[in-house]
Amino acid sequence: MLSQDLTTIMPEIILSLFAMGALLAAVYTVKDKAAPLLVWITSGLFVALAFWIATTGEGTTTAFSGMFVDDAFSRFAKVAILLAAAAVLVMSQDYMAKRDLLRFEYPILIALSVVGMMMMVSAGDLMSLYMGLELQSLALYVVASLRRDSIKSTEAGLKYFVLGALSSGLLLYGASLTYGFAGTTSFAGIIEATDGGVSLGLLFGLVFMTTGFAFKVSAAPFHMWTPDVYEGSPTPVTAFFATAPKIAAMALFARVMHDAFGRSVDDWQQIVAFLSVLSMFIGGIAAIGQTDIKRLMAYSSIAHMGFALMGLAAGTAFGVQAMLVYLVIYVAMNIGTFAFILSMEKDGMPVTNIASLQMYSKREPLKALAMLILLFSLAGVPPMLGFFGKFYVLKAAYDAGLGWLAVAGVVASVIGAFYYLRIVFFMYFGSEQDVQLDRNGSPVLWGFLVASAAVMILGVVNLFGIEPLAEAASLALVN
Amino acid sequence: MDNLLSITTFIPAIAAGILALFLRGDDEAAQRNAKWLAMAATAMTFVVSLFILIGFNPQDTGFQFVEERTWIMGLNYKMGVDGISILFVMLTTFLMPIVIASCWSVNTRVKEYMIAFLLLETLMLGVFMALDLVLFYLFFEAGLIPMFLIIGIWGGANRVYASFKFFLYTFLGSVLMLVAMVGMYSAAGTTDIPSLMGFPFGTDDFPILGIQIVGGMQTLLWLAFFASFAVKMPMWPVHTWLPDAHVQAPTAGSVVLASILLKMGGYGFLRFSLPMFPVGSDVMAPLVLWMSAIAIVYTSLVALVQEDMKKLIAYSSVAHMGFVTMGIFTFNQQGLDGAIFQMISHGFIAGALFLCVGVIYDRMHTRDIDAYGGLVNRMPAYAMIFMFFTMANVGLPGTSGFVGEFLTLVGVFQVNTWVAAVATSGVILSAAYALWLYRRVVMGDLIKESLKTITDMTTRERWIFAPLVFMTLLLGIYPALVTDIIGPSVTALVGQVETAQAAYDAATQMAQN
Repeated sequence: MLSQDLTTIMPEIILSLFAMGALLAAVYTVKDKAAPLLVWITSGLFVALAFWIATTGEGTTTAFSGMFVDDAFSRFAKVAILLAAAAVLVMSQDYMAKRDLLRFEYPILIALSVVGMMMMVSAGDLMSLYMGLELQSLALYVVASLRRDSIKSTEAGLKYFVLGALSSGLLLYGASLTYGFAGTTSFAGIIEATDGGVSLGLLFGLVFMTTGFAFKVSAAPFHMWTPDVYEGSPTPVTAFFATAPKIAAMALFARVMHDAFGRSVDDWQQIVAFLSVLSMFIGGIAAIGQTDIKRLMAYSSIAHMGFALMGLAAGTAFGVQAMLVYLVIYVAMNIGTFAFILSMEKDGMPVTNIASLQMYSKREPLKALAMLILLFSLAGVPPMLGFFGKFYVLKAAYDAGLGWLAVAGVVASVIGAFYYLRIVFFMYFGSEQDVQLDRNGSPVLWGFLVASAAVMILGVVNLFGIEPLAEAASLALVN
Repeated sequence: MDNLLSITTFIPAIAAGILALFLRGDDEAAQRNAKWLAMAATAMTFVVSLFILIGFNPQDTGFQFVEERTWIMGLNYKMGVDGISILFVMLTTFLMPIVIASCWSVNTRVKEYMIAFLLLETLMLGVFMALDLVLFYLFFEAGLIPMFLIIGIWGGANRVYASFKFFLYTFLGSVLMLVAMVGMYSAAGTTDIPSLMGFPFGTDDFPILGIQIVGGMQTLLWLAFFASFAVKMPMWPVHTWLPDAHVQAPTAGSVVLASILLKMGGYGFLRFSLPMFPVGSDVMAPLVLWMSAIAIVYTSLVALVQEDMKKLIAYSSVAHMGFVTMGIFTFNQQGLDGAIFQMISHGFIAGALFLCVGVIYDRMHTRDIDAYGGLVNRMPAYAMIFMFFTMANVGLPGTSGFVGEFLTLVGVFQVNTWVAAVATSGVILSAAYALWLYRRVVMGDLIKESLKTITDMTTRERWIFAPLVFMTLLLGIYPALVTDIIGPSVTALVGQVETAQAAYDAATQMAQN
């Protein structure tokens, strides 16, 4: 029995052992000199694990008496998380090394947070849920303040920590209420307890847990920490925040809502729809005034989470499928966009001011074109993939009788289009000026930027076949 | 050839890809190569599209040259043409080489300019051929990107404002249509346009926020599509983006905008609103008729007081599109024939007028009417061509402009005499602003010092206008060329709409008794 359990969580075990072993090895040997190598090994391991999970997993197995679930849904999320984390790690290498930030802890912390995320998406119990969530969050608090001598970075880490602790508290409070009224912490038990309708106590538990998740996915009105943390953290860390943890948090959100409260969709549908519509509008409107591209991307991610939540709000298997497709497309776009932001430098120093992109297209036509494609994709303009993500969630919401949410979503997307167009405006329509970015050509960033833009265009043929995978994942979760 | 339509559609896109990936440098030779490649691609598209026209059987009212492949999300990649769409395809392929030729004198970022126009051609052709809702939306919406860049990069002084206004206005209109499309997909379970044309969308009244919606679901869907097409058309009162966009766009951009992009709105009404929501159309027809009548008179009056030539022609376009919407919502053969004819003919005439403005703008770099006067003395050939198209714009019999206006007025007279009366006064107003413009720019003595050295049109410029003159005259003298092709399809459409509306009327009668 135990050996079977251990086989089920083998990827997580391997990754944690690797992280701890690497920590020991690095501390007792060359320390920071090992960092570049460690980055490559870690991302290599991520990719290998992703490949392993994608090819070997089959059916649904539970381990440790239901604490840990390995199903198509968790495998889909894990592969996406691992690949996104690997991409961001590789991208950050050059930037971190230049700024003397490439410490050996960085890849190890990322690896630990990825273990946490893998636990989150596989959680089958409130206990394992919290364990995964905290492992992820603690590692992320530290990487947010990785630049120890910068006030902004430490401020970002502290803010993230305080608000993250608050949200964990809310989540725990909700979990304890749920435990109290359901009499069990396992999702399978909770869903039985909701059979005759959700009692008032359980409803309170549900609401508090939803609040906690909303913090983690940075959905409005619990989004306040996002812009500050995005702006203050080193850019590669921001890129990481915008990708893998979003998938993990949304997947966890979906898992609790469907596995534990799947029979009382009516009770949480309104809450999620409300979070969704508020995120879309706040993300869209607040981004208009931003001059810093990292803050802008923070609001952009809030708006995008609003759209992903629209899929969840549908409360159907198709809704979950739409959410997963949306998240994958979102992450693919963000990796390219952040590769671009990472390459924005002037005299070797990072620049995040949007105005510094004045007439960028004249100097770097191909890079500007790739960024143009990504921006229109983020705005949801066809034929880019971003449009199909939106179409998916709109259809899911409409089918579930949330027509008003679909209308609100498209109106918000028009507002959002404005600030993406503003970047296009600077790159293409602006006037020549002195602040000119360096023509640095880190081939890795270049590659990610162009690949991401190419994916946005070529994906129109068949979405690279993720559709059936997402469908299988959603059917594993919702039945 | 099974995939003639796809080949036609994607030739320009392939050429754009070749330009983007393989053409290096920005010297004169590279610029010339870019222009010639674009010219060759658009000309080839035109030649290939001729095969569609030759192989087209007007008596068959269904879709022809249909291609179908499965795509994502249960959607299909489906293309096809019928009597209504084929002439728009031909209009596009015919005009694009002229458009490319008209930007021969551009010399800033030529490669990108050519790429933008080539992609735009692919997207425009896709709009007219798509037989899947989402495929249509994809082409329809993607066209905004190249046009946004054309206005924003190569436009006039106030180009940024104009390009943003253009993009956000049309984007807002079309996203509502997207929600409606999602709704149709949910209701009918398919996005196949031919199947949706026969699908009975609900017509039972229901209240929303206390307001009773007559025609129910159909009216709501119709309104969502209307939001998109009315902005695109553009109809009064959502036309205000058009004058801004026209004034700021470079000449070639204005030509494409006026000649082809505006027609997408009218085409959308014919392809979606009428056949899919006949009851919704019927409920809303009086509104559209009156909006069109107001558009014709109001924008003609506004055109009278313009001081910028392009703005004047832009307002005139809005007025002429008013005839189109009016004709479409008469639901009778003359009205619909007239509307399509008017769109085709306006494609030639408005395009030519913008090219006329471009000719003198290239020389004097101003579009102020006050800056000109007496051009006939130094530019006799220009004066003649400008005269011809001014007359065509006014609707002089013998030019194609007359046929469209006359047919739509005949159509609307049978439906609503008052609207017809108001709209007819617009014909007089259009003569007033067009002739007055001509008088101020071309006639009189040449007294302005700056104009004394202006030169007449070059051979290249003359050749650009030749095909447009030919087509305007040909269609004016022998309109059956067009009506023979569109006739059977329009008859089928009118029959379908009438049957559906009669059934609805009978049902409501029954309910009342």
